[in-house]
Amino acid sequence: MKERFLEVSAEAELKQNQRFDTWLSGEGIPFTDENAAAAYRERITLIKDAIQLKKPSSRIPVCPSAGFFPVQYAGVSMYDAMYDYEVLTRAWKKYCDDFTPDAYNAPTTVVPGKPLEILDFQLCKWPGQGVSKQQEYQYVEKEYMKADEYQDLIDDPTGYFMSTYFPRIFGSLKPLEKMPLFPPVNEIPCIPPALIPFGTEEIQQAFQSLMEAGQETIRWITAVRRLNGSIMGKGYPAFSGGFTKAPFDVIGDTLRGTTGIMLDMYRQPEELIEACERLTPFMVKSGVASCKATGHLMPFIPLHKGADGFMSDEQFRTFYWPTLRKLIIGLVNEGCVPQLFAEGGYNQRLETICDVPKGTTVWWFDLTDMERAKKNVGQVACIAGNVPLSLLYTATPEKVKAYCKNLMDVAGRDGGFIFSTGAGMQGAKTENVKAMIDFAKQYARR
Amino acid sequence: MSDNLVDAMVHMREQEALSLAEKMLNDGVNPLKVLEQCREAVEKVGKQFELGKYFLPELVMAGEMLKKISKMTEPFVKQDAGQNTERIGKVVIGSVKGDIHDIGKDIVIFMMDVNGFEVQDLGVDVPPEEFVDAIRQTQPQIVGMSALLTTVFESFKNTVAAIKAAGLRDDVKIMIGGGTVTDDVRKYSGADAYGKDAVAAVNLSKKWVAKNQRPPAELVV
Repeated sequence: MKERFLEVSAEAELKQNQRFDTWLSGEGIPFTDENAAAAYRERITLIKDAIQLKKPSSRIPVCPSAGFFPVQYAGVSMYDAMYDYEVLTRAWKKYCDDFTPDAYNAPTTVVPGKPLEILDFQLCKWPGQGVSKQQEYQYVEKEYMKADEYQDLIDDPTGYFMSTYFPRIFGSLKPLEKMPLFPPVNEIPCIPPALIPFGTEEIQQAFQSLMEAGQETIRWITAVRRLNGSIMGKGYPAFSGGFTKAPFDVIGDTLRGTTGIMLDMYRQPEELIEACERLTPFMVKSGVASCKATGHLMPFIPLHKGADGFMSDEQFRTFYWPTLRKLIIGLVNEGCVPQLFAEGGYNQRLETICDVPKGTTVWWFDLTDMERAKKNVGQVACIAGNVPLSLLYTATPEKVKAYCKNLMDVAGRDGGFIFSTGAGMQGAKTENVKAMIDFAKQYARR
Repeated sequence: MSDNLVDAMVHMREQEALSLAEKMLNDGVNPLKVLEQCREAVEKVGKQFELGKYFLPELVMAGEMLKKISKMTEPFVKQDAGQNTERIGKVVIGSVKGDIHDIGKDIVIFMMDVNGFEVQDLGVDVPPEEFVDAIRQTQPQIVGMSALLTTVFESFKNTVAAIKAAGLRDDVKIMIGGGTVTDDVRKYSGADAYGKDAVAAVNLSKKWVAKNQRPPAELVV
């Protein structure tokens, strides 16, 4: 098979510039006035300069990760935010108006609850469905993919997801177990057998659920898009514009689960690596498509199971990094800027992850030593982070400010840095969030 | 022979370890002796983990091998023989109220168990009063609380407060842990210590049962 995603293409830089131009143009955004449009472009330019490493940003952009903080800040429940889209958008608007970070996070992680109910989603417990109405959704780790199913996944990822995985994670889609294979439908006698399942009541029911869930999701995205327009219209770009994942995490998070994938590293390493390879083009395409949908260029990529402690460096270089690097190259070749959110510590990975094309990625750190990250990763990539959530939860505003000052001094030297939090801010004390953002904005302008 | 089982387990040679254990049992080796070697192997794996040579996959693999071999010994073990293992201390552990994550907690339980502690697992989403009830009933020396979410740090604090209000605070040492937990959270919650991983939890607990006194403030892993 042809090897892909190993080298940066000759057009990558041009494509990245085109995407920056599209993002900067703000086409279709209902700006309140010319000043807002100018402020929008100025803020994107700060981020662009930080990413490209060609010249320092005129100041450090301040882009904390909101997480579910806007929901708690507005004093509403997670349940209401997931079920009443007006409540959700009001909460987000309030957060953005009151704190005015340079770039905001669209509320796309506060997913609508109704479609999950319609589909009888099994993978998570969410407010009112297994956790209290005040609480965020939480994953229920299980082996949704069995240990002996790697070959099925490798043979036909789409078919595997449709006929095996979805019936397990969506109760209402159980009938999809009977879906036909599509590649065999290529001659006239092959059509009737493939059509039969669609005539059955159970498959029709499953499609009915999908249609209802889809309609409800359109109501949600309509509200979210209106909200996005109003925030961007005041001059604030979104910090990310899409979503994709490292292939190893796709398998480790919600297919095999943490325990399952750790065992597979010993029991069936070749199958695991092959499955990661097989999923890579899907993850590239998904990142590109989600950026296209938002007119953005940075897909958010939360990194989970490659963190310090989860595996050795050798295991990281064998199992995790090769397909993550391919994902990065695949996205960069399409002009996208992968926003790599390294949750937990990445201190042991810093040397390995420097192997990325210069000025094309954002490495967003959590519990990583930013001074070290600046010294090596900072040479080839924009680094972002890393005010710890534990600090925002437990400390005083004074301590928070002291942390921010040191962070900006250390990581913000000579540009190439975006000020942010180490994780989504749910749980943070309001006075600490305020102290952090106010201080960072003021110190950035010094 | 016996060293081979330990060696196979420590070096993650699962099939070899299982065959060796099976052969030992069929040859009439005392099943408790087989299990003792498994325990020794897991302890060595824990040591490698502590040294930064082994990581989660090896802890999980060691746990799986132990589980399989324990199952294998069942037909060979007399009914109550398993109960005779000497225990060095009692621990009550759970994921705090509001948090349903259990992977980290379960790895801690496994390592504590192998290292000689009697562990009572309260499960996930455990309210403070359940911790208090369990402390009254089980009378552990140690309480372990786990959480992954940043929104439930308050539950650590509330649970410590509930234990104090019940008059039990001086009877137990409290340790906390989980992906987002730091020493700042430990201070905030009023717990005695924070451990960054399962081996840290074991080491803390061993120190506590050995000294059987309150740890100095600087004893934080």
